[in-house]
Amino acid sequence: MPSGRQNPVYAYRRSADQDAGVTSRHHPVVIVGAGPSGLTAAIALDACGIDTVVLDDNDTVSTGSRAICFAKRTLEIWDRLGCAAPMLEKGVVWQVGKVFFRDAQVYQFNLQPEGGHKMPAFINLQQYYVEEFLVDRIGELTRVDLRWKNRVTRVEPRDDRVQIEVETPDGHYVLSCDYLLAADGANSLVRESVGAVARGQEFHDQFLICDISMHADFPTERWFWFDPPFHSGHSVLLHRQPDNVWRVDFQIGADADAAQALRIENIRPRIDAMLGEQTKWDLEWASAYTFRCRKLDRLVHGRVLFIGDSAHQVSPFGARGANGAVQGVENLAWKLARVIRGEAPGELLSTYDGERQRGAAENLLHSTRATDFITPKSPISRVLRDSVLRLAKRYPFARALVNSGRLSAPCRYDDSPLNTPDEDRFTSLARPGSPCPDAPISIDGNPGWLLEKLGGSFVLLVAGPAVPDELRTLPDLTVLELGADFAVTSDDLARRYDLVGGAAYLIRPDQHVAARWRRLDAGAVTRALRRALGCELKEVA
Amino acid sequence: MSALNVEPNFDDADAFYSALIEAHRGLSDEQSTALNARLVLLLANHIGAESVLRDALEKARQSVDEETNT
Repeated sequence: MPSGRQNPVYAYRRSADQDAGVTSRHHPVVIVGAGPSGLTAAIALDACGIDTVVLDDNDTVSTGSRAICFAKRTLEIWDRLGCAAPMLEKGVVWQVGKVFFRDAQVYQFNLQPEGGHKMPAFINLQQYYVEEFLVDRIGELTRVDLRWKNRVTRVEPRDDRVQIEVETPDGHYVLSCDYLLAADGANSLVRESVGAVARGQEFHDQFLICDISMHADFPTERWFWFDPPFHSGHSVLLHRQPDNVWRVDFQIGADADAAQALRIENIRPRIDAMLGEQTKWDLEWASAYTFRCRKLDRLVHGRVLFIGDSAHQVSPFGARGANGAVQGVENLAWKLARVIRGEAPGELLSTYDGERQRGAAENLLHSTRATDFITPKSPISRVLRDSVLRLAKRYPFARALVNSGRLSAPCRYDDSPLNTPDEDRFTSLARPGSPCPDAPISIDGNPGWLLEKLGGSFVLLVAGPAVPDELRTLPDLTVLELGADFAVTSDDLARRYDLVGGAAYLIRPDQHVAARWRRLDAGAVTRALRRALGCELKEVA
Repeated sequence: MSALNVEPNFDDADAFYSALIEAHRGLSDEQSTALNARLVLLLANHIGAESVLRDALEKARQSVDEETNT
């Protein structure tokens, strides 16, 4: 029998905007779409003290499981925003992966987690759970007005605001905002409204995705088949989600009849052939899809900012869609909040485009490489791919070339104009632009994690000696001093940051490194802080 | 005498593989075979050591023979 999961239904409520006079319908930020991007954006902006209205045309979370793999950096962001705990509790982690070619196992690997991080390398969790937990979190917040069954029908960007028309069960109303976040997905209406075009590559290979619940124990492992006897010429992926639900992803080729493939009488023999007829299972959800890899040339269109799939889409191999989206939202939220609060110039928003174009390009590159390996596009590509798989059975070097999707890694914003380039030598990889690695620490004798102390404001992470008073009184800067404010409980911090005697890191509100020095200098910190807020962009412009 | 290294040794395995596929883009099967032949010769010269090259030839041949027999 199926797992019995029922999606929650969220009630439509008439909002004050629908009754109010024209003057009260203006908001600082309106977010269109309550998927992972839109919900995360609302929570991140709430944490910055910014009010948002979230409009969604539906009254529930996503159907089917869609995104299922959430990587460490994404979990760290959600943890900072107070929503990771239920995800970790519900999510599952696999460590053993097996790769098969034709009728035999080629090799298996074990992803031993690196110690000294609060978050695991990734969890598998159905997107509907993620969305539900994000909605639950919003219920605890005061600055998010989440409106279900509010379908945006028209978006009109103007010089001084964006006007939005909305259709509800009670009829139509109009509201406006200073900034609109378009989180309305791959077929974004907002994107159409501002005339933005997503460019990239369309892939014709079709995939049949089935979430099945299994009755018997089955190992918590990720299995990937290239060209198996039960599905000749194509690839198949099997991995686990919570509730004994397993994702099975069949490549069915460009010429397959998707409607036929989706019929249960055609799904059943495929899965029986894969699992063996003795394994009992039920179908939870099935869907056929093709995918596109594409992104917008500009993520910022005046007062309209694109996040998530409306901004960039990648192939599903490598779990870079939702993970990339959440990292993009984290990049945008602190900047938008400071621009709205008048603490940073509007030009700061242009670095959302610059930094996340880089992130999107990286995500596209990695997911496209995995796609090319999984679905060879020419006879020679297939010969090379199959040779890699043949050699991988015996020779370790070839295993490094097998690409059935790489774990999503966060982007380093190496060339960002917000970085103050290194002048001093450091042995650690936490260079300006990098996301901050976690490390175990203790505060007043209680164990904790470094990342729990970073974010929200800028943080000056210092390893003594005394921090000048003028730095302790700067707005938007929190001093975190090794020895005085926290202690280390392992050598992870020293190793990951090369943070010894007198060194200092300036860390952005999104937990990326802005600058670092061997010796703390108040003037240099002040200049780096101005730079990280985009103040120098304004002088150049 | 050095042995053939079969442990991972690429700076960036994914980048290499992608460049290899890209090098073949737009070529006919015949041209692709020619490209592979030239690549083998270039890399063999770079390696130089006869014992290493012989080891590589044996392993490659063995892998192809196994494939043919299964």
